[in-house]
Parts: sequence; C-alpha cells; structure tokens
Amino acid sequence: MTTIESAADVAHRYDPVIGLETHVELGTASKMFCGCPTTFGAEPNTQVCPVCLGLPGSLPVANATAIESTIKIGLALHCDIASWCRFARKNYFYPDMPKDFQISQYDEPLCTDGHLDVVVDGRTFRVEIERVHLEEDTGKSLHVGGATGRIHGADHSLVDYNRAGIPLVEIVTRPVLGTGALAPEVGKAYVTELREVLRGLGVSDVRMEQGSLRCDVNLSLSPAGSGVLGTRSETKNVNSLRSVERAIRFEMGRQAELLDAGGRVVQETRHFHEDTGVTTPGRSKEEATDYRYFPEPDLVPLAPDAAWVERLRAGLPELPAARRARLAASLEASEFELGSMANAGVLELVAETVAAGAPAAEARNWWLGYLAQQANAAGVEPAELAITPAQVARVVALVADGTLSTGLARQAVDGVLETGSSVDEVVAARGLVRVSDVDALGAAVDAAIAAQPDVAEKVRGGKVAAAGALVGAVMKATRGQADAKVVRELVLSRLGAPG
Amino acid sequence: MPEAGVGITRDEVAHLARLSRLAVTEEELDVFAGQLDVILGAVARVQEVAAADIPPTTHAVPLTNVLRPDVVTPCLDRDEVLAAAPAAEDGRFRVPRILDEEA
Ligand SMILES: [Zn+2]
Repeated sequence: MTTIESAADVAHRYDPVIGLETHVELGTASKMFCGCPTTFGAEPNTQVCPVCLGLPGSLPVANATAIESTIKIGLALHCDIASWCRFARKNYFYPDMPKDFQISQYDEPLCTDGHLDVVVDGRTFRVEIERVHLEEDTGKSLHVGGATGRIHGADHSLVDYNRAGIPLVEIVTRPVLGTGALAPEVGKAYVTELREVLRGLGVSDVRMEQGSLRCDVNLSLSPAGSGVLGTRSETKNVNSLRSVERAIRFEMGRQAELLDAGGRVVQETRHFHEDTGVTTPGRSKEEATDYRYFPEPDLVPLAPDAAWVERLRAGLPELPAARRARLAASLEASEFELGSMANAGVLELVAETVAAGAPAAEARNWWLGYLAQQANAAGVEPAELAITPAQVARVVALVADGTLSTGLARQAVDGVLETGSSVDEVVAARGLVRVSDVDALGAAVDAAIAAQPDVAEKVRGGKVAAAGALVGAVMKATRGQADAKVVRELVLSRLGAPG
Repeated sequence: MPEAGVGITRDEVAHLARLSRLAVTEEELDVFAGQLDVILGAVARVQEVAAADIPPTTHAVPLTNVLRPDVVTPCLDRDEVLAAAPAAEDGRFRVPRILDEEA
C-alpha cells in the first residue's frame, strides 16, 4: 500500500464530510421480541426459541425495557420522540436472520433530529443526529473453508442465532461538515462521547471489543469551498475508537489520491482492516438497498405518550457534558486539563478524590502522574487499580500534615496497590514515618561523617557539593524516611559549611 | 407506468423474483405479471374511495404499545432445534456458502 497523504494536506484541497452510523446492543436481560437471554459468549444456539428462529406461527412481542432505553438515548441526544411509530420488515436473503427479514424501523424512527456536541482542540463541533431507531441484531456466521474465516473461498457457513433478536439501536448522524483537517479526530471524539452518554444512561455495556458498540464510517470529499457533496464510501467493521480515526484518515487520503488523478469515487461498502489500517472494497451497492420495507404486520404501533416520555426524561442521569462542566468548576481545571483527565480515564477518580477532601491540584497530580504510570505498567485502567479515591485523599492528607514525604507517600501507595490494605495500615506495617526530628537524625548524620572522613574534610574545605554523598548515606540509613532537606542542613551546619 | 393497468411490468416481476430467490420461468413471468396487475388494480380502486376524512388503517387490531416486561423465559433445547435443520455442524446451523456478501 502506498503512503497515504495526511489529513491536513488533504484538507487544503478538499472539504471532508463525515457521517457515522453506530449500532448499540442494548443491555437488556432478554431479547427484543422474545424472552431468550442475551448472555455474551454462551454456547452456540442455546439462547434461541421459536420467535427468534422464525418458526411458523410464532409471534413477536416488543421488550418494554428496550423501548424505554431507546427513548432515553433519544432524549439524551436532544431528539424529538415520535408520538406514534411502527416497526418495519427489512427483507433480505442472508442466513444471519432465520426469518429472511429483520424487524427494524424505516420511515418512522422512534427518535429524530437531535445533536451531540464534541470538543476537539478546544473547538466545539455540533454533530447533528438524524435518527435513532430500534431493530433486532442478526446471528453470527462462521465461514468454513476460507483461509481467513471470511466469505471468499469459504466452502460453507455455520450460523449461531444466539445474537439474533438482541435489541439493537442504530444512531445515524447527518453529514458533518466543516471539520477540515480535524475530521478524523472529530469522528473519534463523537463515538467516544456517544459511548460515554450510553454508558452514563446504563443502557448498554458499550464494549466495542465484544461488538456491543459497532461503527460504520461514511466519508466523502468535496473540492474545497465548492459546497458540492462528493460521492461517499461506507466503511464497515470499524470496531475501536482508534479505528474510527484511522479509517477516516485512510479514506481521506485514498479518495484525494483518486480525485487528484481525475478519477471518481465509487459509492460502495468498504471494509476496514485493523491490522494494516487500510480499507478494501466490499459488496457493491447493486440491489443491496432493495429491502422492500413494509410495516411489520405482527406488531402493533408504538405510541409513547407525553407522560411516559416525561417520566423517562425526569429519570435521566446527569449527562457527561453537564458533568464535565460541573467538574471543571469543582476541579479548578481548564478544558485542556479536563480533556487530559478524561482521555486518561481518571476524571471520575480525580473528582471523587477531591470529594474525599484532597485539593484539586494534588488529586490531579496523583492520578495523572504516579498512579497513571502504575496503571500503565500493570496494563490496567486507573479505575482498576487497587486503590480508592478516598485512599488517595488520605495519602494527600498525610503529606500535607508532614507525616509522609513524597517518596514515602509513593511507598504507601505501592503498599496499598500490592496488598489492598488501607493507607494507615500500610504506613504502620512498613514504618513509613518521616523522620524530621533533629535529635533523631543527629546520630545518623554523625555516623555518616565518621564513616566518610575524607568527604567531610572536603565539605569543611568549602566543597559544598560533596555533601550529597553524606546526605545519601543518611537517607540510606533511615530507609528513605528522613527529610532530605533537613538532613542536608544538619550535615552542613555540623561541618561548619555555608547552608 | 408502461403496459396495462396501474402497473407492474414483467421486468419488475423478474426483479422481485430474483430478490425473493424464486426461480420463475419466462412463461410464469407473463402469467404473474398479468395476475399481479389485476391485484394492484383492485388495491388502487380502494385507494380511490379513501377520502381525506377516512383515517388510514394501519393494523387489523386497534391497539398500541403491546409490550412485554424484560424477563427471560426458557429457550428451546439445542439438539431439538438442530435436528429440525437441513444440516448442522458444531452446534451451529450449516448453510451453503453465500456468494458476493461479507458477514
Ligand atoms: Zn428467542
């Protein structure tokens, strides 16, 4: 693959237009139209019944919780909620749905016309939401006989219908204009923010690696300033936040190269390859959109009345953007610092540490600094560390009252991380008490001078820098519990050197 | 629309048959196009009498919001399910390979 031009360079000549379609598996206990469980990773075809297998005579009944979750998503995204809408049959021939159709929504989605604001590089981009609709997920096919588990060259396919019928919400944006060179970052920021909203609502576990959040990325280029929309590609299989950014970047470069050479972009579905970061063409559009939708005759219309919608609105949790605004005030942090904390996955932790009594700056330093390093070294998220925000606040308090030095505080944190004990237990068990008492240190200083008479002589002769060796010896003798500054002052005064 | 009636063409019938994976012969295309044309004509007459003051019927049952609580109910036994399938392998339904599509 040739090197792809950077997004910044492409944006000089072309205006990128992005569009995102996100599928979210809802975290309901049972499926959308039947009572089968939705447990991830169950043995194939053990979570199926006549309804989700499409056996003759079976009838679907909609899951009330799934409807409410979809309305909540719509409300969180500032959408209008339809007062009346219907499910539709999407007809297609593919063995991932045993019925040979998927129950979806077509021209009457449950939620329409919303938006989600995202901040990139200090700029706010409003991503308009065209629709949020509810459908059922499909089964999973395993292609056998092909070299890569993909369909080409496959001899036959094996299908597991455990996933068929799990409630799936599709969130579709309008074309997002005006992002320029930031298109890849805006795309990633949108999916990131959407994931936070969905997680905050508690409607899905939003695990991209398990497929409960999946993303299709549409991209087109129009000549800079022309305002004429170009032909778009739809990239599927974009299943991590980083991939959203990479896929947009790759498509920008690919399409720019095509257009520069006088070619034209073909409207097609493409596949993103996680390993190489490139997209390749998938099926062509021919006939693919001929789904012959019609109103689902086995389900009656859905008519959420105002009282129902308002009850759901009243029960919405604080949304991430509102929470960040509130935290910005309480944490005395800039937008940039908030972004750093959010990206590092420590925003909540810092807020809780502050709530437990630590000054904002101290809480931020611990979580973004030493604790982030420890989490990184252990390959876990900061939130998964065996230390609570309250314990971090306790460490901060012990440093503030002079009980612990910074070095000792880190030892205390290490102890908590290793043993899961409380800060005070670790401090007591390991004897982590800062020695700043001049009398207690005096003996150690005298011993160090006696042990290194030649060094002491140099210091007496005015070579103050040599005192470091003596300070080091005292620190070693006190196992790091001495206050290095106090030790240095003691050494210099004992040897009559200027302090 | 071309041809007689309110209109379904022979080509449209062929297209629908292909989408539905139905093998329809040339003779059958003529027969079905003619029959479907009559059916569509009958439906079109109903549309003609539907005045503005007659609300459209969306469902045979005048109900909305028929929902079930999110409660798990028992599933079918897998062996029983797969025994009804034309072919099975490794606890899964075995189907012929599908061309020109990506999963
Ligand atoms: Zn089922």
